[in-house]
Amino acid sequence: MSLITDHILSWVTFLPLVGALLLWTVVRKEAQARFFAMAIALADFVLSLHLWFHFDAGRGDDQFVEKVAWLFNGQISYHLGMDGISLVLVMLTTFLGPLVVLSTWRAVTDRVSNFLGFVLFLQAAMLGTFLARDMLLFYVFWEAMLIPMYFIIGVWGGQRRIYAAVKFFIFTMVGSVFMLVGIIYLYQQSGSMNLADFLNLQIGHEAQLWLFAAFFLAFAIKVPLFPLHTWLPDAHVEAPTAGSVILAGVLLKMGTYGMLRFAMPLFPEGVAFFAPYINALAVTGIIYGALVAMVQPDVKKLVAYSSVSHLGFVVLGLFSLTSLGVAGGIFQMLAHGLSTGALFLLVGVIYERRHTREISEFGGLAHGMPIYATFFMIATLASVGLPGLAGFVGEFMILFGTFSSEAVPHGRLLAVLAATGVVLGAIYMLWMYQRVFLGKLKNVKNEGLKDMSVREMIVLIPLVVFMFWLGVQPGLVLDRIELSIEKVLAPLELDQGGHHALQLDEAAADNPVALIGATVLDTPLDTEGQ
Amino acid sequence: MESHTTETLLRWIVLVPLLGAAINGLLNRRLPRQVAGLLASAAVLISFALSVTVFLRLTGMPAEARFVSDIVTTWIGFGNLQVDLGFAMDPLSAVMSLVVTGVGFLIHIYSLGYMAHDKGSQRFFTYLNLFIFAMMTLVLGENLLMLFVGWEGVGLCSYLLISFWFTDEANAAAGKKAFIVNRIGDFGFLLGMFLIGATLLPHLGGGEGLLSFRVLQQHAGILAPAATAICLLLFVGATGKSAQIPLFVWLPDAMAGPTPVSALIHAATMVTAGVYMIARMNFLFVLTPTAMTVVATVGAVTALFAATIALTQNDIKKVLAYSTVSQLGYMMLACGVGAFSIAIFHVMTHAFFKALLFLGSGSVIHAMSDEQDMRVMGGLRKKLPLTFWTFIAGTLALAGIAPLAGFFSKDEILWNAWNSGNKVLWAIGFIAAGMTAFYMMRLVVLTFFGENRASAEVKSHIHESPATMTMPLVVLAVLSIAGGWVGIPHFLGGGAHFMTWLEPVFSQPAVVAELAHGAVAHGAEAAAHGAEAASHGAEHAGAHADTTMEWILAGASLAWGILGLLAGYFVYARKVSVAESFQKMGGGWPHKVLLNKYYVDEAYEGAIIRPMYRLSKTVLWKWVDVGLINGLLVEGSALVVAVVGSVMRLFQNGLVRFYAWSFSIGVAVFVLYLSFSG
Amino acid sequence: MEITLTHYLLLAAAIFVTGMVGFIVRRNAIVMLMCVELMLSSVNIVFAAFSRFHLDGGGHVFVLMNFAVAAAEAAIGLAILVEIFRRRRTVNVDDLKTLME
Repeated sequence: MSLITDHILSWVTFLPLVGALLLWTVVRKEAQARFFAMAIALADFVLSLHLWFHFDAGRGDDQFVEKVAWLFNGQISYHLGMDGISLVLVMLTTFLGPLVVLSTWRAVTDRVSNFLGFVLFLQAAMLGTFLARDMLLFYVFWEAMLIPMYFIIGVWGGQRRIYAAVKFFIFTMVGSVFMLVGIIYLYQQSGSMNLADFLNLQIGHEAQLWLFAAFFLAFAIKVPLFPLHTWLPDAHVEAPTAGSVILAGVLLKMGTYGMLRFAMPLFPEGVAFFAPYINALAVTGIIYGALVAMVQPDVKKLVAYSSVSHLGFVVLGLFSLTSLGVAGGIFQMLAHGLSTGALFLLVGVIYERRHTREISEFGGLAHGMPIYATFFMIATLASVGLPGLAGFVGEFMILFGTFSSEAVPHGRLLAVLAATGVVLGAIYMLWMYQRVFLGKLKNVKNEGLKDMSVREMIVLIPLVVFMFWLGVQPGLVLDRIELSIEKVLAPLELDQGGHHALQLDEAAADNPVALIGATVLDTPLDTEGQ
Repeated sequence: MESHTTETLLRWIVLVPLLGAAINGLLNRRLPRQVAGLLASAAVLISFALSVTVFLRLTGMPAEARFVSDIVTTWIGFGNLQVDLGFAMDPLSAVMSLVVTGVGFLIHIYSLGYMAHDKGSQRFFTYLNLFIFAMMTLVLGENLLMLFVGWEGVGLCSYLLISFWFTDEANAAAGKKAFIVNRIGDFGFLLGMFLIGATLLPHLGGGEGLLSFRVLQQHAGILAPAATAICLLLFVGATGKSAQIPLFVWLPDAMAGPTPVSALIHAATMVTAGVYMIARMNFLFVLTPTAMTVVATVGAVTALFAATIALTQNDIKKVLAYSTVSQLGYMMLACGVGAFSIAIFHVMTHAFFKALLFLGSGSVIHAMSDEQDMRVMGGLRKKLPLTFWTFIAGTLALAGIAPLAGFFSKDEILWNAWNSGNKVLWAIGFIAAGMTAFYMMRLVVLTFFGENRASAEVKSHIHESPATMTMPLVVLAVLSIAGGWVGIPHFLGGGAHFMTWLEPVFSQPAVVAELAHGAVAHGAEAAAHGAEAASHGAEHAGAHADTTMEWILAGASLAWGILGLLAGYFVYARKVSVAESFQKMGGGWPHKVLLNKYYVDEAYEGAIIRPMYRLSKTVLWKWVDVGLINGLLVEGSALVVAVVGSVMRLFQNGLVRFYAWSFSIGVAVFVLYLSFSG
Repeated sequence: MEITLTHYLLLAAAIFVTGMVGFIVRRNAIVMLMCVELMLSSVNIVFAAFSRFHLDGGGHVFVLMNFAVAAAEAAIGLAILVEIFRRRRTVNVDDLKTLME
């Protein structure tokens, strides 16, 4: 057993890769391949449960560390480690893995073992990205992720799959190249690729700005942050359901994870300089994504744009530069993975039956498919952040963190604007729901559609359970990430308890307009000569 | 922190309906319809019984100590932010619990009959139980965020129930509208919470729940400088939930739901959540004369505004809906003048008589084969005797006729408005009261008197409703008559027990009282009264004053109510020509404006919804996203590369001899360059 | 007339230009291949000439190596051409541009 537990991170990371290799070479028969991939994904989830239960929430540093010299006398090493932030993302990845495999049972029929091989390969690359503590290793995983995703979209995708796959690939590549330059620069400075050594570097102000920009660009494209988002709707629309689920569920989080793990602690001065602009973009993305989602004629595209909006919340949380906002951001990553993952799975369910996703093709689906309508309702509510479901906790903490942040200018204004996203979210999601599920069954093609099968329910039930579970007991995650966040944010030297009470005199308190102006826009209103 | 009595029963008050909803929801069609209904009713009955149990325990405590709490666990705990998942009951939430579960139970029973023939009645009872769960979370929530959970939960249930008959596009749209308009209010609520949190968080020690009402009250001093902004933001939330100007538009549309839903959610319980929340946060509101004035003004204006619309509506439920908006305005007015206990008093009496009226209208609609237009009703008095007499009880109570429930609560509101010093508020309330009596009489006459104007087909089916429907009507009628007697004011020789019961909630701790008096020094008489009422208890304020004025006002409003009723009867039963001349008055346009609800929906549609849609679709999506970002920037840069590539491609034509030529020329140029550059 | 290095170089240049022009203007791949051989030969002449005049054997070594390269090239080139001719029934280079795209 110690053979596994001593190298648990390697096992978790590479088990799917081994599975992928076997799927490409040995396990070629369709039925076998499905069960084999399922077994591997489940085994990986079980392995990751070991991490969950043996993780020491009382520490904020890396645990289960594995470090072996690799290249150039150990300047570059095989170095894996896991703190709370990595833990929750690893759990999200391994949790979604079996569900994704199960969702392809009927949906993918062409070159099945190849497809499942790519899915597992992708999972390995994502896990590696979350666990790598050596920059070269990280970069290898980061780029390796592109290959399977490229094929998943490009081979098993829809009509314009080549366009979407190439767009996805090139977008990400462009960003990554700048980051590679940054990594090489830092490597020259420190003589090691170890993240910890990078953190110890003294980097000049100018260099920090440039390096931050290079790193941030790579991550922002992946997130994607407005206005770098246009690859996402195309990729989602063209990708097969399983691809979309992984893309929205985990892959986008690699961007926000990268910001938090690398861009922010490595270049505090870059953060200080760029944070206001990033927040402006994040808030723009929240509102813009929501408004554009509202008018989409295609359900999947609508969900894709809603991701732009939700990920805007995550970025806002991270760059609110409060531990509360950052925690909310991480929580929102999970919540978004669950709710949007579920939404894409649900869109896949109807696509399998009707081979279209045009909203105007539907209407009144709740008649023949009550179970489907119920699941969709729950996912919709999770997406709009109804209290009691996971999305609310994340949004609440992000908005509250931003509102009370003093590290960034106009925290209150940002929170107010971002909060409009909560209203807009309800508008576009419920409107879509109304047009798809409610009303009369107008289109004859929708008559006699089968409700969800048991298999489809098995895929969705775990997601729904966790939406509720995390919504009611967010401590499950928050307790495990608290110290890690503190450690990651330490280089930023934030004032932890730096909130201050409003300093408003009573005369001002009688003037509501000025007061709301003051509280919302943080205009100084002190009249007592302070 | 003072020591609390823990009462683990509280969580079960909330959880039992949830359990009922879960069982009904999961088994759904596998349950026979009647079983589902009985199960749901039983769940609410248990909840009611538990509420009574805890209520009785509260009565056994000394007045100041009437507080029990049940902290289940920490909900959100991060750094020094701590929000508990917990419930608490004090006199205020006790009243609300009893009303919600009590009226809720009656409406469940009523639904057994009303929904007996509906295919989806299991789903209906699931939602109904879910609603009771959410509403009890709202009422019993120990902190502001728990209240918000319930707040959003009831919004969801309202959405689900309004669009219950989702086959009809209009119902689905109404449900969506309700949810979205409520969300706009929630936007304010959220910001209010953030402002409280941001102000208070740095001052909190470990283990103190940030948004806990007790903690907030203790630290009112810290919150005082931001009180105006906080209260105004919270009030935005209240305008959404309690259908006040400008966010009232969803409530009339919400009548698209089944009638029991209109009675339970859109009359008796959910819509009063805004009033409850303001009463709950009274310790902050009394600190801010500005916010109080805003609350009172919006309430009064809404009361009058909605009453005028109710004068002209032809749909029986629409009249009651606007009447509800109007009555909610009264409750807000009461809050705004600092008479919180009176506001809650009116919440309770209104729950009785408005639930009664809605259920009565449901009985009428049921009898009329789902017809809601009063113009084709009439003469139902004899065919639906029980419905008629209970309806009359509700009408008189709503019109404020002594000694029915509505008289005491409405009269107390008007008296407090008068007493607040702002006579305009009183006058608005007074005028609206007359209108209330008038439109209710119009409704009664059109529905129950005269000849029946329906088709022969419909006429032949008219029948009194089954006992499951009429029994709740009778019980509610009794409550509408006698429910106000718990709060008969002192000047009428009553004990004002209701206000005394609520006094501990609204009497401020020393720190708040002091601050409130400080606020008084700054002006605004509304708050002067608010603070006084708060610190001494509202009924004392009445008791100390000269009672002559109170007698005069009470008599005036009683006479005014009777006058309204008589006028309504006269115009619609005796002299129909007068009603017709009303319609033609001023060229007919005042009537048209009222009939079309002042075109508020149209204004919102034209000024907000459509521009936003166009902006999103044309500008943001087509121009910015597809055109500018994707077209110009993304594909533009791809195009540059492609153009450069296709130019370069001309050189790769596959002709070996061309390559040889260019190679030779290249070499020649190179050699020449080398030889001449020396 | 004494034969100087210049004469050799002129001869080599003449042969090279002949080969080059032939390579450029002809379309028959076999002829073009022969022209390449001509150019290689002209280079051999230059190597040999310089080797003789500088009294350095290195040039000869290169000449020998060039023979080997030319022979191998001719062998492979002709083999490819035979194969192409079998498939395409032509050795016209202007028709052989599938690699363009």
